[in-house]
Amino acid sequence: MTDLTKLTIAQALDGLKKKEFSAVELTKDYISQMEKNKYTNAYVLETPEVALNQAEISDKKYADNTPGALEGIPMGIKDLFCTKGIRTTACSHILDGFVPQYESTITQKLLDAGISVLGKLNMDEFAMGGSNETSYYDPVVNPWKAKNSNIDLVPGGSSGGSAAAVAAQMCAGATATDTGGSIRQPSAFCGVTGIKPTYGRCSRYGIVAFASSLDQAGPIGKDVRDCAILLKTMSGHDDKDSTSARVEVPDFEKFLGQNIKGMRIGIPKEYRVEGLNKEVEKYWDEAIAMLKARGAEIVDISLPHTKYALPTYYIIAPAEASANLARYDGIRYGLRVNGEHLDNLYINTRSEGFGKEVKRRIMIGTYVLSAGYYDAYYLKAQRVRRRIVEDFQAAFEKCDLILTPTAPTPAFPIGDKSMQENPITMWLNDVFTVSISLAGLPALSLPIGLTSDGLPLGLQVIGKAFDEGDVFKVASALEEDAKFEGVM
Amino acid sequence: MTAMIIETEKNKWEVICGLEIHCQIVSNSKMFSGASTEYGTEPNHNVSFIDAGMPGMLPTLNEECVRQAIKTGLGLNAKINKYSEFSRKNYFYADLPQGYQITQFQYPLVGEGSLEVETEDGSRRTIGIERIHIEQDAGKSIHDLDPSMTFVDLNRAGVGLMEIVTKADFRSPEEAGEFLRKLRSIVRYLGTCDGNMDEGSMRCDVNVSVRKVGETSFRPRSEMKNVNSVRFVMQAIESEAKRHVEVYENGGTIEQETRQFDPASGTSKLMRKKEFAHDYRYFPEPDLLPLVLTDEYIDNIKKEMVELPDAKKARFINELGITAYDAMVLCENREVAEFFEKAAAGHDAKKVANWMMGDFFALLNKDGLSIHESPISAENLGKLVDLITKGVINGKTAKDVFEMMAETGESPEKIVEEKGLKQVTDTAAIEAIIDKIIADNPANVEAYRNGKTGLMGWFVGQVMKASGGKANPAVVNGLLQSRLS
Amino acid sequence: MAIDADTVRKIAFLSRLKVDDDKIEDTKDEFNKILTWVEELNEVDTDGVEPLVSVNQTNLTMRKDVVTEGNQPEAILANAPLQEYGYFAVPKVIE
Repeated sequence: MTDLTKLTIAQALDGLKKKEFSAVELTKDYISQMEKNKYTNAYVLETPEVALNQAEISDKKYADNTPGALEGIPMGIKDLFCTKGIRTTACSHILDGFVPQYESTITQKLLDAGISVLGKLNMDEFAMGGSNETSYYDPVVNPWKAKNSNIDLVPGGSSGGSAAAVAAQMCAGATATDTGGSIRQPSAFCGVTGIKPTYGRCSRYGIVAFASSLDQAGPIGKDVRDCAILLKTMSGHDDKDSTSARVEVPDFEKFLGQNIKGMRIGIPKEYRVEGLNKEVEKYWDEAIAMLKARGAEIVDISLPHTKYALPTYYIIAPAEASANLARYDGIRYGLRVNGEHLDNLYINTRSEGFGKEVKRRIMIGTYVLSAGYYDAYYLKAQRVRRRIVEDFQAAFEKCDLILTPTAPTPAFPIGDKSMQENPITMWLNDVFTVSISLAGLPALSLPIGLTSDGLPLGLQVIGKAFDEGDVFKVASALEEDAKFEGVM
Repeated sequence: MTAMIIETEKNKWEVICGLEIHCQIVSNSKMFSGASTEYGTEPNHNVSFIDAGMPGMLPTLNEECVRQAIKTGLGLNAKINKYSEFSRKNYFYADLPQGYQITQFQYPLVGEGSLEVETEDGSRRTIGIERIHIEQDAGKSIHDLDPSMTFVDLNRAGVGLMEIVTKADFRSPEEAGEFLRKLRSIVRYLGTCDGNMDEGSMRCDVNVSVRKVGETSFRPRSEMKNVNSVRFVMQAIESEAKRHVEVYENGGTIEQETRQFDPASGTSKLMRKKEFAHDYRYFPEPDLLPLVLTDEYIDNIKKEMVELPDAKKARFINELGITAYDAMVLCENREVAEFFEKAAAGHDAKKVANWMMGDFFALLNKDGLSIHESPISAENLGKLVDLITKGVINGKTAKDVFEMMAETGESPEKIVEEKGLKQVTDTAAIEAIIDKIIADNPANVEAYRNGKTGLMGWFVGQVMKASGGKANPAVVNGLLQSRLS
Repeated sequence: MAIDADTVRKIAFLSRLKVDDDKIEDTKDEFNKILTWVEELNEVDTDGVEPLVSVNQTNLTMRKDVVTEGNQPEAILANAPLQEYGYFAVPKVIE
């Protein structure tokens, strides 16, 4: 039999239904692929026994003709999702050995649909980072290498493990989260597809919080269809998350392949920044041409506050994070580094438990909320955030969807000096993704082609709030025309 | 109400005070989680993953806490804000699991209101309410179980609180004391807080400053945290005001600071001042959306409001004709007022009030009973008064019947009937007794008729004795008068 | 608004993080770089613009007052670094 890990989720479900292979066989193939590609360091915890047990149950369900929507599909779970009885650390030293006694809503939904859990995926610590280098469990190695080069590249971040694992066929699909670009940018770097849905589409209950008003979960998959399938199961209102939306969940799959003739695609002029990578620009233009050829109408739009999105984000996200991460104090779970007094215990635990980037953001967040600076920084950022939201509202008067590059560059080497020395350089990776997060809109990144060096580039399709359907429609058209081939 | 003025050789100082009262909201489950609010269970039993600040846990708002705070606001004549927001107040403490408290800051649920207080001298003042916001309580740190460790119990973490903030309108400890008593009475009437200060379900922060009489601006204040009885609040205000005056008169200055009131010494001491201690970095709670209420929602709560002590008091005075003092005492507690009203229904309300204020309260106090535990029902107390009014029993017998009611819980009619305590008003029977006594005591009859009218009392006594106390004293008096003259 | 070494210390303490004395200067410089960068926002005219608290279009819904959780002290304490008699234990807090 051929290697089952090459199959998409749609194909695998088909094969399982037709009993061409069993869920246990499928799971075993992924487990051996995980062994083979260990060098990627995509997993921080492997749970093959758990996965095989679940696969056995799935096979029984197929035998009984009672399979769930994702019955027998082996998945990787970003380590930000709390999984009952399975260690969850957010890839931080401070959550050493933390075993949740509860399950996140999204993983519960996936489990109920029949997935098997292969393990927990590597990520930037507390999802803070754009290269997966802030993980306490060492960086993830991108399965892609530049032509004629052996240099290890980053997978992007923060969902670097998720994107790398999907690219290297170490899982059929993965959960991921996106606060400022953490699903889309690694998807672009690893040549896979990922969607950050509308804020409120997926429950945040049980996902370790980074920045509550921005965090949103979504899937990373091998193609657009797999993302549509996964997102359907992951979506829906949750009484346990007050910010989760009471909005109907459509069957996203039915949008795939629909005619896009007459759809208005907005191209924001502010994204054609000076010095934009020529190859990025080339593929963007090619994609515009593809959509035009299918009868879509291309509209020039303006998102005038785009350049302020990053500074806005780097006030709001750290502010929220500084409070969200206050609970890691060494008292109830995770790492404790003792001290003579309670304050010493806090300081010792947190100083040893958090990595450099996390500490940097906690301190920035603390500063922008502190007395005397709140108005100048935090309130100002919230006002600019409204301006950014209004930009998109105005743009969507003129167009139905927006098409932009996902990231300004392809994947860069691990340990890149300029990024390490200046945090702002690293943060600039999110220049095309953060404004969408600030506006809470859905956006999908799909691979569009390879650079001359042989590295994947991604494009981003941005929709109106809760209009993931149209996003999938246009993304599937682009996917068909781009004919992108994966790494393996 | 007379303001407290501290007079020194040089100056007259006026006392200024405001209160912040934390009231634990009565609800089944916690404010942001489905864990029980019940007390006295084993440590960390009534705790959800949310209360314990576990990673990824999110708050969801308990509607009952909102309703209870709105009721309290309505009870304090306050504006209910249709738009309110939750905020995070950030600080580290062992019993604050999230590292922040979810509270309300810029947009509280309840806005300005007022409450009129009346002190013993009968004067009245209106105290302004600044706001009421709702927030979650912290857990408990236990310091005395181990010499080297503090233990943390999260059972209380997440229980709903209302923080009632007054304006700096108090000018004497008495006013503050009266306000607290009245507030306690109101929240108990409404069932929004049990008002037990000694158990910590009502906790008071006291802000005190002084200024020279005639000054219009405020001087720096000190804040005393968690003062836990009305008496201590009054003591704290007085002693702190005196301390301020002393500092000023000695040329010193007062800085805004947080102090701890020590009831044992009756004085306050500065709490350990920590460098950079206070910067709570409030910001809107991103896990909760703004709370937006409709007029209809608030109107429905208005319809559920019970009659409050002031209205009840006025009604008791005007409609039932009892004295202002009796009404005040009877209305302090809703259950007592309701008991009284039930007892007084169809009977002589004034007499019922007298009985309650006298023998009835004495009985409850003696046995340490609450009104719920009273062996005498409201109906039976009313009936007892009725028996007196109708002349079925006399006052003295009534006391005996009351004792028996207390012991047995029986109705007064039954007791009077069974024990044959009915007052004798039958003149023929009384005349027979009188005849016998006149016949048996010719010397005293002679003396009376010769002008020793003081003997009338002796004759009455003899008749009552002979009737076993059941003769109607008024009838006895009348008959004796006519027979002896 | 450039920040000084004392502010770095203050922020570190509020965050309950240690910044070693020999790192204060570097931290301060890095902070000032970041703050200068975010101060680009001052170019944006936000007069009369309400701060955006949430992108959600809806308002808060409330939960019924029913006890649905609790009675699981083992689960609550399962990950505690130190526990005694059913309590979380920390070094003595001096009030």
